Formats: sequence, structure tokens, C-alpha cells
Amino acid sequence: MTIDFTKNHFELFHLPVSFQLDSAALDRAYREVQREVHPDKFTLATDAEKRLAAQWATRANEGYQTLKTPLNRGRYFLKMHGIETEEESNTAMPLPFLMQQMEWREAVVDARAAKDEATLDALAAQKQADEKQLFTQLENELSQPSTFAAARLTVRKLRFIEKLGEEIDDAYEAVIN
Amino acid sequence: MALMQIAEPGESTAPHQHRLAVGIDLGTTNSLVATVKSGAAEVLLNHDSQPLLPSVVRYLKDQTVVGAEAKAAQAIDPQNTIVSVKRFMGRGIADVAKYGALPYKFIDAPGMVKIETTAGVKSPVDVSADILRVLRIQAEEALAGELVGAVITVPAYFDDAQRQATKDAANIAGINVLRLLNEPTAAAIAYGLDNESKGTFAVFDLGGGTFDISILKLTKGVFEVLATNGDSSLGGDDFDQAIGAHWRKQLGLASADHGDTRRLLMKAREVKEMLTTQVNAESTLKLSYGQEFKLRLSQDEFWAMTQALVQRSLQPVKKALRDAKLGVADIDGIVMVGGATRMLHVQRAVTEFFGKPTLNNLDPDKVVALGAAIQANALAGNRTGEDLLLLDVIPLSLGLETMGGLAEKVIPRNSTIPIARAQEFTTYKDGQTAMAIHVVQGERELVKDCRSLAKFELRGIPPMVAGAARIQVTFQVDADGLLSVAARETVSGVSTQIEVKPSYGLSDNEIAEMLKASFSHAKDDADARVLSEEKVDAVRLIEAVQAAIKRDGDTLLDTAERAEILAAIAALTPMIETADARTIKAQVAELSRTTENFAARRMDRSVADALKGKRVEDMQSL
Repeated sequence: MTIDFTKNHFELFHLPVSFQLDSAALDRAYREVQREVHPDKFTLATDAEKRLAAQWATRANEGYQTLKTPLNRGRYFLKMHGIETEEESNTAMPLPFLMQQMEWREAVVDARAAKDEATLDALAAQKQADEKQLFTQLENELSQPSTFAAARLTVRKLRFIEKLGEEIDDAYEAVIN
Repeated sequence: MALMQIAEPGESTAPHQHRLAVGIDLGTTNSLVATVKSGAAEVLLNHDSQPLLPSVVRYLKDQTVVGAEAKAAQAIDPQNTIVSVKRFMGRGIADVAKYGALPYKFIDAPGMVKIETTAGVKSPVDVSADILRVLRIQAEEALAGELVGAVITVPAYFDDAQRQATKDAANIAGINVLRLLNEPTAAAIAYGLDNESKGTFAVFDLGGGTFDISILKLTKGVFEVLATNGDSSLGGDDFDQAIGAHWRKQLGLASADHGDTRRLLMKAREVKEMLTTQVNAESTLKLSYGQEFKLRLSQDEFWAMTQALVQRSLQPVKKALRDAKLGVADIDGIVMVGGATRMLHVQRAVTEFFGKPTLNNLDPDKVVALGAAIQANALAGNRTGEDLLLLDVIPLSLGLETMGGLAEKVIPRNSTIPIARAQEFTTYKDGQTAMAIHVVQGERELVKDCRSLAKFELRGIPPMVAGAARIQVTFQVDADGLLSVAARETVSGVSTQIEVKPSYGLSDNEIAEMLKASFSHAKDDADARVLSEEKVDAVRLIEAVQAAIKRDGDTLLDTAERAEILAAIAALTPMIETADARTIKAQVAELSRTTENFAARRMDRSVADALKGKRVEDMQSL
């Protein structure tokens, strides 16, 4: 089958290859593509067409999810430029950052045990502020090739923050129940 | 990547005319079938001239009774009269034990319980198929024609086993499933189209036995589910049970038999319904041995004894909002669905939680079936004008068992479907030639706390040192929310693949056999049906290919390709009137094969055109 999987996610949605993204344009393009390819449009079609529709819609969902969230987009953008973020293998992080992370994680564990929703709210807000600052930094670093390499550390930091967010969410669930 | 499909037998009427399609709400308490007539969705009345068919099946030695008559017999024949069978779909014996004392003779079976009745052993799939068959026949009679297919609704929080069981039941009932549709999404369609709504909506769907909450974003006919959550064993039935337990204790009826327990629960439901319009309710219970009891309950008592159930429904709401990254203030409207949302304290709790009044201008019993009918009409190709687009999600994470009984998530919950994800694993022993793959669904860390969907073994891995093999396991969830899994060893170039279905899984052949068995004249009728389906498929395919060639043949096909396709059409055309089903099917497959590249190019072009059109529009609006 000739379905063209060599296009990158930006090309798929006819968007410029850039970390900075017009999210409204992405949303619009995603819906346009799904309107054409979604399996619901092919319920009575041939098996070949159904298979294509499923592949296309899957591809559109994957591309959309990758571009929609800044961390995934940053990681993908770097990979497109031949730069691996080494999130699993490279554990070297600046000490103050690690200390801060450990402190916050302990605070989450304590708040979870104490069923303290107010502290979780505060931690979530802090996490969000930190995340926002790192995203701004990532955007700057990914705007010019000379700082692409530096962006790797920012992505790795953001992965830490994302994990912290997951722990805060888990703690919320535990507190709610 | 391996793509799996469950073949849907096409059974279309001639093209270019209105295709008969229905939406079916297969409910815990009641089931409904609806269709779109002259542009408006309406519920079809059953033989009793009622819109609701009680989801009750009574098995007699040589007769199966479905609906109101069966419901009326539940107290005199509780063992053979199956109520709320939806709660047993895709559930094991340990699951149904949680529902409390039930009158049935359950039999433990892999993946899903079975029930022993006078008419033999029935699985929940069989019982559901009996309900669906009545609805199909009812629809075919009312619409005076054969259905091209149906959209069947399922609770959004149904897991893979429950969805697969529902689809199997529909197939056994002789229904071509156009799509499994989540109930809250169906309700949103009915509301969205009636009210031309735009914004972010919460659908609170408390049915007879299941609870769903979905958060959806509506924009110009696009229904995008942001998050869904729920409790597939919480519903109106639990409120009846609470009242029943209260009375049993109060009246000292601890040792009531199954028949009397049913009588008590029927009274509980009656009183529960009365309390939606009055502050006090009473009724009389007459037991099998003639003794009578006066039953009384006030609204306050009822609310107090079921407050915990109402609170239980709010936990999934909070989780769904959190997953959607939204707060209550972001919700523009709350749609109430399901008969159980008639309870005043449920309405009050939801209103208080969201801080705004709920929408309930559509009948909460019918709204799901109406939405399903609208979607069925669109899928059958009858809809013109602005298109509907539903972007739904899977409710629960899908994963694999890894070392130490841990569940590794492969596809996270609330992922938009269809979706595919591949994950790599490796061997941990030198020379290991097989690998056990255990597919699970759920949010918990330990496999034992998740639902086991399937287990299979990948064999024939060439012996290598530990850690050298690369086993790629691919999860694929289709637009019905159904999972297929494939595993492949990639390093050696040897590739082994396997498809899995849930543990109880029925093979396509088993379904075909059950379908045949359900026809009164057995084999002949079923064979005739298969032949007629193949003919319809062939005609439809030829017409579709000819139309495609006319539109895009000049630009997207070279001479050789066009000749190959035309030859395949020329071979198939005379077969339609003369050949047997198998021969037609083979040539349909051949024609389909010759058009694969053409179909792919056409789809590429349609996507490119759609995006180009958008860009021109954008530039013009600047």
C-alpha cells in the first residue's frame, strides 16, 4: 500500500516545522484530516479502505498527540534534528534541581499520607509555574540550532516535572477516595 | 504494522436509496431501538406499543420470552428469568459475587460466567443476543425492510471484555454492528444536534446498573471526548438493593427465598420511583405464602440510606475533570442521562457539585437511543450536509504484565481512538524461545489488581543470548474501542504474529454457528443469507470502484493499473447472478486487492485537498 508514512507530523498537518506552534491551527488541521479519514466515514466501504482509514486516523491521532503537548513536541522536534534526549540513559542533572525535586516529592508523599488537599493544591501550582518557566526556556533554545543541544537538558528537566505531576495526580486520587 | 479487523458482514439494501439503520440502547433495565425518519430521530414502539423493552429474558423448556411478559414472571420463576444481564457481560464468577445474593445457578467459565436455566446453559452473551434479536425483528417490521446495520451503545466505562461481549451478542442476533458507541457520547449527540450546542459539556449517565461520566468538547459538529470515567457496577439497581436491605432488616425477612427477594426489590423500585415526586411513599408486599406487609419509606430516609451511593458517583466525576485538566467552572452544561438521574438527591448532588443547573429537557431513558440512531443514520451514509465527527477515547489503560507481576501501561486511558502503540521487550534467559504475553486493562500497578484480558505465547523465537531478542508487541484499539494485540520478533527477521481476543472470546466460526442455530430453518436460511450478503457486497464494491475511477481514474491510475481493475470487475460481474457465495467472496477480495493502491492515493489526495482548502480559507479571512 502506498500510504505515505515518510511525512513528519508537521508536514502531515501542513504546519511549519517549528517548536513554536499555532495550536488553533493544529486543532483545525487535525479535525480536517479526521473528517476525511475517520473510520466512521468508511463503515460500509471495502476492507482495503477500512484498513486505510484506520491507519490514517491512527496516524492523525498520534501526530496530534505528539504536537499538542509541548514536551512531546520538543522531544520530537529534537529527534527530527538528529538529537536524542537520552531521558532513560543520561541521569546527570544539576544538583540544586535534583534537591528541589526530591523535596517536592517528599512533600507530595507527606500530603498524600495526611490527606492534605490544600498542600497538594499548592504543590500543583508550584509545579505548574516551574513547568511554564522551563517551557519558555525550551522555546528559546529550540528557536535557533546553536542551542538545540542545550535543550536536551531542559527536556530532561521537564520529564522530571512531568513525573512529579503524575505523582501529584496519584496523590489527589488517593486523597479523593 | 499488523492491522487486525473483525470482518463485518455487509447486508446493504441497494445503494442510492435510504439505508435502514438503527440505534440500539441495550440497557441494564430497559432496551430501546430508534431510527431517523424524515430527518428526525424517534424511538420505535415494540409489540406492546411501548418504547421501552424490559431487558428481561425468561427461559422456558422450548420457548424464550423477552420483555414485559418475562419481567412479570421474575418473582414466580426467578431462576430462569434473567434480569440486569448487562451486569454479567464479560464478568467472571468473582465479579458477580459482589452483586449480592442472586437467584441464578451460576457456572464458572473462563472469562465470563454462565447461567444454568431450564433451557440449558446460557452465557450473558446469549441472553443479550435474545434481547437484541427481539429489537432487530421489531425494527425490521416497523421499517419494513432489512437493516444495513445498527449502532449499539455501551457504557463508556466498559472494558474490552464487556465491549467484545456486546459486539458478539449483536452478531449472534444477526445484527451488522456499524459501531459500538459510548452511551454518554450518544446522549451528547442527541443534545448537541437538538440544541446546536457549543462548548464543554459533562454527561452524567446513571443507568440501571452502570455509571459513566464523560467530558466532551463540542465544536461545529465535532464531538471530542476529553476524558471519561465511571463505575461499571453502580446504578439504579444498587438503590433498590439498599431499600430492600433496609426493609428486610426492618421486617425480619432475612430468610426470604429468591422469589420473595424479587418481589421485595420490585416494590423497592416502585417506592424509589414514587419518591421522585412525593415526600412519602408506601406499598404493600405480598409474599409467596400469602403474608402481607405494609412498606413505608420517606424521602429523607431514602436519601440518608443511599447518600454513600450518590457520593460514589462523584468520585469518577472528579477524576474525569482532573484527566481533562478542567475545573467545574470550565463546564458549560451538564447533561443528565439514565432513568436513575430522576432521583432528586442525585440531581441535587450534581447541581451542587457543578454549581449550575443540569440539562434534562430530553427524556433520560430515550436520549441514548436517539443519539445512537443519529449516528447510525450518518454511518449508513444517509446524512447530508454538515458531517458529524466523533472523537472518542478508551476509558481504561491497556498494558502488559512484566517481571514481578507489574503492569506496564502501553496505551494510557483517555487516549483518542483509533490508536496503535508498540512496545519492545526482550528475553531474560539465554536461548529463550518463547515468551508469555499477558494483556491487562486497568489503572493499578499490580497485574492482580487489573482485569486480565488475554494470555498468549509467542513461540519460535530463535535462540539468542538473554536480552538480544527484540519482541515488539503492538496494541491496536479500533474505532469500536476494541483491542487487538500482535507480537513479533524483529532482530532475527523471523516474524511470528498472533491475534488475541478476550479470554472468553468467541471465534468468528463460533459466532457464525450460533447465528445459524438461531435461525428456525437452520442451515438453508443461514446459507441463503450469506449468499445474499456476498451479492450485495459485490454490487456495492463494483459501484464504488466505478465511481472512484470516474472521479479520479484519469489522474491517479496508470494504464496497466486501470486495466487490472477493469479486468477484475469484468470477472466479478457475471458471478453475481450465477456463482456460489465462496466464489463471489474470492473475486470480491481480488477486486478489492487490485484497488488498494488506488484507494490509498485517493485518501492521500482527499486529505491534502481538505488541508489546502482550509488554508485558502484562512488566507481569505486575513
